[in-house]
Amino acid sequence: MTMARVAASRRSLLGHSYNLVGVVASLVILAWTLIAIFAPTIIPHSIGDIVDDDYFGPMRQGLWLGSDYLGRDMLSRVLMGARYTVGISLAAVCIACFSGVVLGMIAAVTGGWLDTCLSRFLDAMNSIPSKLFGLVVVAAVGSSIPALILTLAVIYIPGAYRFARALAVNINTMDFMTVARVRGESTAYLIGSEILPNIMRPVLADFGLRFVFIVLLLSGLSFLGLGLQPPLADWGALVRENIGGLPFAAPAVIVPSLAIASLTISVNLLIDNLPQKIRDRDA
Amino acid sequence: MTSGVLNLVLKRLAIAVVTLLIVLFAVFFATSMLPGDTASILLGQAATPEAVAGLREAMHLNDPAILRFLRWLLGLLHGDLGTSYANEMPVTALIGGRFVNTMELAGITTLLSVPLALTLGITAAMLRGSLYDRTVTILAIGVISVPEFMVATLAVLLFAVYLKWLPALSSVNEAHTLTDLVRIYAMPVITLTFVISAQMIRMTRAAVIETLSTPYVEMALLKGASRGRMVLKHALPNALGPIVNAVALSLSYLVGGVIIVETIFNYPGIAKLMVDAVATRDLPLIQSCAMIFCLGYLLLITIADIIAIMSNPRLR
Repeated sequence: MTMARVAASRRSLLGHSYNLVGVVASLVILAWTLIAIFAPTIIPHSIGDIVDDDYFGPMRQGLWLGSDYLGRDMLSRVLMGARYTVGISLAAVCIACFSGVVLGMIAAVTGGWLDTCLSRFLDAMNSIPSKLFGLVVVAAVGSSIPALILTLAVIYIPGAYRFARALAVNINTMDFMTVARVRGESTAYLIGSEILPNIMRPVLADFGLRFVFIVLLLSGLSFLGLGLQPPLADWGALVRENIGGLPFAAPAVIVPSLAIASLTISVNLLIDNLPQKIRDRDA
Repeated sequence: MTSGVLNLVLKRLAIAVVTLLIVLFAVFFATSMLPGDTASILLGQAATPEAVAGLREAMHLNDPAILRFLRWLLGLLHGDLGTSYANEMPVTALIGGRFVNTMELAGITTLLSVPLALTLGITAAMLRGSLYDRTVTILAIGVISVPEFMVATLAVLLFAVYLKWLPALSSVNEAHTLTDLVRIYAMPVITLTFVISAQMIRMTRAAVIETLSTPYVEMALLKGASRGRMVLKHALPNALGPIVNAVALSLSYLVGGVIIVETIFNYPGIAKLMVDAVATRDLPLIQSCAMIFCLGYLLLITIADIIAIMSNPRLR
């Protein structure tokens, strides 16, 4: 989300000719962000209220997205679901990227045994398939919201670390790094003022990609019934609880899937359409 | 093979073994972090403290974690995976038949998706920029960006609800004729093939495009070789390493894919077993299933890396 806003503002500031796909993608992301923030005030019905006599009701006036397996308003449930899907994923990706990038920069600047141990350990963690990792950790610590955020963050720290370290190692060989070292600057100064500004943009793109991975993993876990627990429901859990409507092609099972797809595809398209231009302008 | 390559390969294998140990360690500790005492969970709330203490002693739960880990590791080496908490059966017996089912699913998917993805990836790269190429690329990005369960639900909607060609659920036990068998495997295999192929198409396309932009392919173009000859004779043999690497890497996505696919289609494989085990917190079962998946995943990744090493002519 942050990435989207930063990228959009950069573009308008520099008056770059805008790309239609990129604009549409950022609008979708902006819309979901606003919905996530204001969901409780804009939902037409309370998410627990049974408003339809029929279950898996079709789309019609008043119940724009139909009703779910208990006859609850699907529109309200999807809007509230945005809160959990976007909120949890965003919190997790912030923790993952912050820890990964800081560790990666420290490893690159310090080198030696710290770098070797950290890299070896995190590479090993990286070779546990993410969904499997999620299953095992959820079995161990349960699926409360803080536990889910931490689990998702821990799973994606190794990837963020690897990415940031590879970038930081290149910057580390530059002359200005040698100069800064000779000046006797501390590690904190080196990573914060010399390395970070130089790797910021690729790191932001990586942030976006990792956000997509986390949304997909969270939805997958919730779909398996191991993510968010009822009565709370994110988009993956909404698909799960309404899966019984699949044989009737009920909107209740299709709409949450589409919501996930619209968010993840938009972030992917935004990233695909931005970095090239930023790089070209700087070159 | 020169000693240089041999060294690199041996080094890679050593890394794989170390990684495996770290992964086993992580799996063991994640599962022993479970809140609540295993012995009291097993005996239920009515158990006397003496009974719990006795069971703890019998299960060696009082030993330090590192000792339990080593004992578990030793058991693994002997093929002893422990006993399931939920139904007191040896884990090996629970996993046995289901392992075959999962391997069948994975095998059929591989046989289908590899030729399909390679054909699409290579032709898309050859016709780069065309409508065909753009369609394939956008579809592949689309499939990668959505969760696996959405691909599965869309497949059910299309083939079972609208077209009514296939049943929505699988049940391997009811297979009597060949048509039954095809109908049972069709849906899970279609879903998995989509998920795996999308990755493979993207990587294959990228690998071929990279080779097509090298000077020797330009040379072939300049000396008047036809487009087909240029790609098949000059570019493909050089792209083979990266392509095989892409195939091995994509197949590792099978691990994530089968977990969702087996659950949604109720397919009796180890992934379904593991998801159920997580729901009932059946530790030995979770550990064993996680280990099997990690092993498979590591194997594929290691193969991919070794192929990458071997296919690099500068190392030969």
